[in-house]
Amino acid sequence: MADKGLDQGKRRFLVAATSVAGGVATAAVAVPFVASMLPSERAKAAGAPVEADISRLAPGEMMRAEWRGKPVWIVRRTNEMLDSVKAVADKVADPKSERKPGELTPSYARNEYRSIKREYLIVVGICTHLGCSPVDKFKGQPEAFDPEWKGGFYCPCHGSLFDLAGRVYKNKPAPDNLIVPPHKYLSETKILIGEDTQGA
Amino acid sequence: MAATEKQPIAGAGPLNGILTWIDQRFPLMQLWREHLAEYYAPKNFNFWYYFGSLALLVLVLQIVTGIFLAMHYKPDAAQAFASVEYIMREVPGGWLIRYMHSTGASAFFIVVYLHMFSGLMYGSHRRPRELVWIVGMVIYLSLMAEAFFGYLLPWGQMSYWGAQVIVNLFDAIPLIGPDLALWIRGDYVVSDATLNRFFSFHVIAIPLVLLGLVAVHIMALHEVGSNNPDGVEIKKVRDPKTGRPVDGIPFHPYYTVKDTLGAVVFLIVFSVIMFFMPELGGYFLEYNNFIPADPLKTPSHIAPVWYFTPYYSILRATTEDFMWVLAVAVIALAALIVLSVRRARVKAGVAAGTAVLLFGFFNFDPKVWGVVLMGVAVLIFFFLPWLDRSPVKSIRYKGSLYKAALAIFVVAFVVLGYFGTQPVTTGATIMAQIFTLLYFAFFALMPWYSKMGKTKPEPERVTW
Repeated sequence: MADKGLDQGKRRFLVAATSVAGGVATAAVAVPFVASMLPSERAKAAGAPVEADISRLAPGEMMRAEWRGKPVWIVRRTNEMLDSVKAVADKVADPKSERKPGELTPSYARNEYRSIKREYLIVVGICTHLGCSPVDKFKGQPEAFDPEWKGGFYCPCHGSLFDLAGRVYKNKPAPDNLIVPPHKYLSETKILIGEDTQGA
Repeated sequence: MAATEKQPIAGAGPLNGILTWIDQRFPLMQLWREHLAEYYAPKNFNFWYYFGSLALLVLVLQIVTGIFLAMHYKPDAAQAFASVEYIMREVPGGWLIRYMHSTGASAFFIVVYLHMFSGLMYGSHRRPRELVWIVGMVIYLSLMAEAFFGYLLPWGQMSYWGAQVIVNLFDAIPLIGPDLALWIRGDYVVSDATLNRFFSFHVIAIPLVLLGLVAVHIMALHEVGSNNPDGVEIKKVRDPKTGRPVDGIPFHPYYTVKDTLGAVVFLIVFSVIMFFMPELGGYFLEYNNFIPADPLKTPSHIAPVWYFTPYYSILRATTEDFMWVLAVAVIALAALIVLSVRRARVKAGVAAGTAVLLFGFFNFDPKVWGVVLMGVAVLIFFFLPWLDRSPVKSIRYKGSLYKAALAIFVVAFVVLGYFGTQPVTTGATIMAQIFTLLYFAFFALMPWYSKMGKTKPEPERVTW
């Protein structure tokens, strides 16, 4: 090819214009591929509220319900357990559930025991650190992770501790308290998880 | 035509004709010469130089065994766990292929870690091999991704909760994190959708990337030439007649034979583990992974497979208290940089960067910084070619300060790895924090200590 009479400006313009057009087309083609990895319609539809029957839950015991594929814990707290919540108020990072109020704790649970009824604790059993499910260590006794343990939950993955109101201990990897899901009492013994009276 | 200009091949006996025919249409002999028969490698390779070719061997092993496993495996949350058990119990020879693949995964990391260590010892990351090192690090990152995606497939408890934790790492990124994690999972929790796409990444996407990168790694290496235990360039001293490096020998047959011996010894060790202790005490195959995935219950003790545990330890070590230690360390490092550089603009930049970091330390959750530190721990390897300022490459001629630093780093890596497999206790967290600092000190202080101390003079020619 002869370079005689070559219009460099025209060539640069054509190269740039072709590159831009090709780039835009490539980006546009990437959209359906990226979108295909988002949750499918079926996955989105699976998030319906679930009912939990607490009539057979004895004091001091815990049951698990499944909501949106996540474990939801329902703990029937004894007076002793409620006292432990009071006792550790200075050890937890966010005792009054003030952080991210809309996301973590609905207004009806923003109280000392983080629940509608004092007796029943209802939280999503997923650590706010990296999503493990903490283990229940309800008995107040010296533990390897805390010699002054008053009872609560221990996350086996990264050692975060939560009290019996799902409040995270200070200086642990987990940044926030366990999430209290939207819920309401349908009757004395039935709870609906995933929906509350505020129309959430 | 160019094809007919090529010389006919002689010396291949009855194959002369066919080889000539191919060579006139494809650069067969050129490739053979450039990468094997006339690739001159230093003649003083030692034990540490087995691990490059062994990594290639394990890659082939993983691909071949993977192809056959994919014939029987079902990437479906309802069937995955059972299909692995089906391979183990009912597919003829399936147990052997599966154990080859699972042992191969750990073997891959052992070989790659030793390969990286030899680079660190002999300065193989130094000029002119920066790109060889960087491509190698990208291979290492891809390998980690490959291992992570593959680990979900058996759909055991460790598979499930391991994936849950790692995907949630992305959740920690400010602003886009939660949406990004949702996009990676394809669901609100790790589910069938996640398993299916991880299968796709594990068997198609990452292996393709790996193969391409390995080709680039070898091409870059053969362009600049191999390093050696003395860290001297063999290309400097050439035979005046042939122009070949006098300290080089053709890769084939000398190193193909040497590497074959290495492969035989490796396969003996590999077979002993595969046949007699495929779980290797819970390190190669974790016991909790023989329990099917249960999204409602995390096992009482979870830990990643051994090759990720050093980084996992760093993640766990980053607590609220540790942020103060980290802040002091960053300030000290910034002061050191400001005192060592002359240019005012660099000083100002460092000061500004430090201020931003310190602001971030106390305004974002420690969780975010745990993830950042873990990422930095891996990515910092990329900068090694420029952090090492020693006048010599090989540890043989470096001062005692560098030797001590490298020893401390290896100890820190192993100790962090050990604590990453253990449950969290107060003592273990403090140990992990101390060794996290030592781990980073190896890299962060390298520009200073690598220049200090007396080095021995490098020889003109390799010693052996």
